[in-house]
This record gives sequence, C-alpha cells and structure tokens, in this order.
Amino acid sequence: MSPPVAPPGWSRWLVPPAALSVHLSIGQAYAWSVFKPPLESALGLSGTQSALPFQLGIVMLGLSAAFGGTLVERKGPRWAMTVALVCFSSGFLLSALGAAAEQYWLIVLGYGFVGGIGLGIGYISPVSTLIKWFPDRPGMATGIAIMGFGGGALIASPWSARMLESFGNDSSGIALAFLVHGLSYAVFMLLGVLLVRVPRTPKGADGAPAPLDGVQVSARSAVRTPQFWLLWVVLCMNVTAGIGILEKAAPMITDFFADTSTPVSVTAAAGFVALLSAANMAGRIGWSSTSDLIGRKNIYRVYLGVGALMYALIALFGDSSKPLFVLCALVILSFYGGGFATVPAYLKDLFGTYQVGAIHGRLLTAWSTAGVLGPLIVNWIADRQEEAGRHGSSLYGLSFVIMIGLLVVGFVANELVRPVHARHHVSAPAQREAADVRRQQPESA
Amino acid sequence: MSGDSSQSPPDLPGRRPLIAFAWLWVGVPLAYGLYELVRKATQLFTG
Repeated sequence: MSPPVAPPGWSRWLVPPAALSVHLSIGQAYAWSVFKPPLESALGLSGTQSALPFQLGIVMLGLSAAFGGTLVERKGPRWAMTVALVCFSSGFLLSALGAAAEQYWLIVLGYGFVGGIGLGIGYISPVSTLIKWFPDRPGMATGIAIMGFGGGALIASPWSARMLESFGNDSSGIALAFLVHGLSYAVFMLLGVLLVRVPRTPKGADGAPAPLDGVQVSARSAVRTPQFWLLWVVLCMNVTAGIGILEKAAPMITDFFADTSTPVSVTAAAGFVALLSAANMAGRIGWSSTSDLIGRKNIYRVYLGVGALMYALIALFGDSSKPLFVLCALVILSFYGGGFATVPAYLKDLFGTYQVGAIHGRLLTAWSTAGVLGPLIVNWIADRQEEAGRHGSSLYGLSFVIMIGLLVVGFVANELVRPVHARHHVSAPAQREAADVRRQQPESA
Repeated sequence: MSGDSSQSPPDLPGRRPLIAFAWLWVGVPLAYGLYELVRKATQLFTG
C-alpha cells in the first residue's frame, strides 16, 4: 500500500477527522477499568490480574510506536491506520473469544498484545501527515488528534458501562460487549483509513520530488542528538508530574480535606476526577494551539515552570482552600495534556517533517517510563507516610517536593535545547534517493 | 516543507458535504462523551 496522495481540490480539513476517528477509538484503552470488576467476578481474577491486558497494551503501545515508526513513515498513514484498525479490532474479537471460552490468556493476548500494537501504530499514524498539511499550525493540528486520545476514554467509559449493564456481567455478556466493541471500532476507524491523504509533493525541474525545505533530520540521526534526549527528559518529567496527580486524584482530594469542616465525599471526588479529564483534554488542544503563537520552547517553559509553581501552591496552601487545590490540579493536568500534544510540533521545529512520525514514536518511550515512574513515586511515598502514622495532606507533601524537583529538571533540559547541528541534517540527494525508493511503488489516491 | 498545503489547489466546494459528514462522524460521539463528563464533573459541586 503506497501513501495515498491527495487529488486536486482535496481539503486539508478532512485530515483532522480522519486522525480523530483513530485516536478517539484507541483512546478507549484508558477506559479499560470498566471491564475490570465484571472480569474479576466472572473469571475469578485478582485486581492485579485484571489489569494485565491494559498494562501489556500500554507496553506494546510504547514498543510498537518506537520500533514501527520508521515503517509508518515509509508506508504512509493509510497503511498505518489500516494496521491500527485490524490490530485494535482483532484484539477485541480475540478477547470476545477468550471471554466466551473463559480463557483469560486469550484476553491478555488479544487486548494487550494484538490490540496494543494497534494502539502504538494508531497513535503515531496521523502525526506526520497532519504536520505536513498544517505547516502554519502544527501545534493545533496535532493537538486535535492527540486530544482525541483523551476523548476516547470519555466516550468509551459510559458506553462500555451501559453495554455491560444491558448484556450482563457474566462471561457471555462480557464476550458480547467485546464483540460489539471490536466491530463498532472497526467501522468507526474505517473513516480515517478512507479519508486520510498525504499532500502532493511539488516536483523539481527534472520531474523528481523537490527536497524538503529547512532542517531535515532522519529518525536514526535524531536519536544521536542531544536535542532528542533533552526533549525525552522534558516529556518524561512533564508526564511524571501530571500522573502524580492523576494516579491518586480521588483519594488525594479526600485526604487533603478529611480533617477540615468541608470534607470531600466519594461522589464529589469522582466529579473531581472527571474535571481533571476535562482539563487534560482542553490542555491538549488549547495549549498546543497556543504554542503556534508563542513558540514551542516558551510553552514548555510555562508547562514546567508554572507547573512547579502550582505544585508548590498545593504543597503550601492546598489544604486551606479547596478552590485553590482544585484550580492548581486543573492547571497541572492541562499542562500534562498540553505536553503530549505539543511535542510533535516541537520535534518538527527541531528535526523537520522528513521522519517526524518515526522520531515521535521513539520519543514516546519517555511516556512509558513516566507511566511507571509517576505512580511509583506517589504510591510508594504515600504508603510509607501512612506507615509512619501520618494522615491527610501530609501523606503527599514529599511527593509534591519530588514533583517540583522533576519539573525543574525538565525546565533546565528545555532551556538547553538548541537547533540541531548541520552534521545531522539529511542532504537533498539523500532525500531524493529515499523518495525514489517510495516512487517505485505505484501511487493511489 | 515545500510539499505542504500552501502548494495544494484550493478546496473544491463539492467537498463540503464530505467535510461536514466527517466532522459529524467524530463530533457526535465526542459530544456524547463530553456530556457524560460534564454530568459527572458537576458532582464535585453537588456531591
């Protein structure tokens, strides 16, 4: 399958919904928890066991994005979206079989392994294409797609819960729910496969594709530059800080105000978690679009610098004012989402569009690392503080100090980012050679 | 990049129904998700 080139008159505004159809689908991963209690009761699983498909899925997301990025870049977005559709949908269908036969390993293999490949390839599939279609607003374009990943859980969570209510929480009900999910997501993602197009490449005087303007760096060279690893640190620190709140949001707000005259109920804590999801999503599109106006380095100064300030405010005054606590947490979560959504445009600024999707895929290993680091820090410290007889907001004080430290490290890393040295740039003949290899396959629109 | 949208011909008016359909396709489920989110988030103030 060759990259689908846009016919004359094709609108670039068809590309964001194509990207959204994929990201809104794969974002379902964050709603896996809906299936946990029914699986535990139907198949006699522990909480740790029922989390396995999700955990394997996230590991596979990181691995497939890191190792499949170059292939996605070469084969194009339609190929990548097709792979994502087939893997993500098949993952559900295998899980349906597993639930019907009460073979849990099949659910882990299906949803976690096969579906996880769909997550990784789907996540990076539209990034490079969107940046090429919207060179004037790359932050906004990738922000729309990556916002979809956050939005996917908002859709799937109530939808899956209602489906389980209707079909039943036993193994056959779960199997039917998995089946409907697999088929529905296949149809939904099909729009992306059918609509996605890459922009037409202008031809040079000799009829060959003209080389790309500006700095262009290959994925292989990019990982050898300090800029890549500085951005890796920036993303890892920003995500760790966000997860620090996200991971324990409900118990955190309850603990913070447990000893006050206005304690927070379980229902209100659930509302707080929902509000954080909204801030996460709004940050993805809002801050990423803002980065088109004020620049990528400046927006990360805000994420990391103001983020540290917000953590300091919570640590110092959070337990004395509920609105202040909620406001600071919302700002931190909006920066968390913004950090994810802005990074493809930052990569484009530094490395060009040549293989930006593949470079983005490799950078997502920072996310996987932060996904382990953030919950580990907050949970481990809270458990130790509890063992030491502490309670309320003092359970989290040390975690917040660590988060401030991590954000400062990220801030310094961002300050050290400089333009990539010319020795890493891809020459025009090398670009032409790569284009010739692609041209050997027939184009289809 | 030089092969960007600035090099593409202007959008054809005939594409508008397709653009509207595509945005509705993704917009309707997203609106449902946001509606459910707002319903849940209000619990912070009422719960």
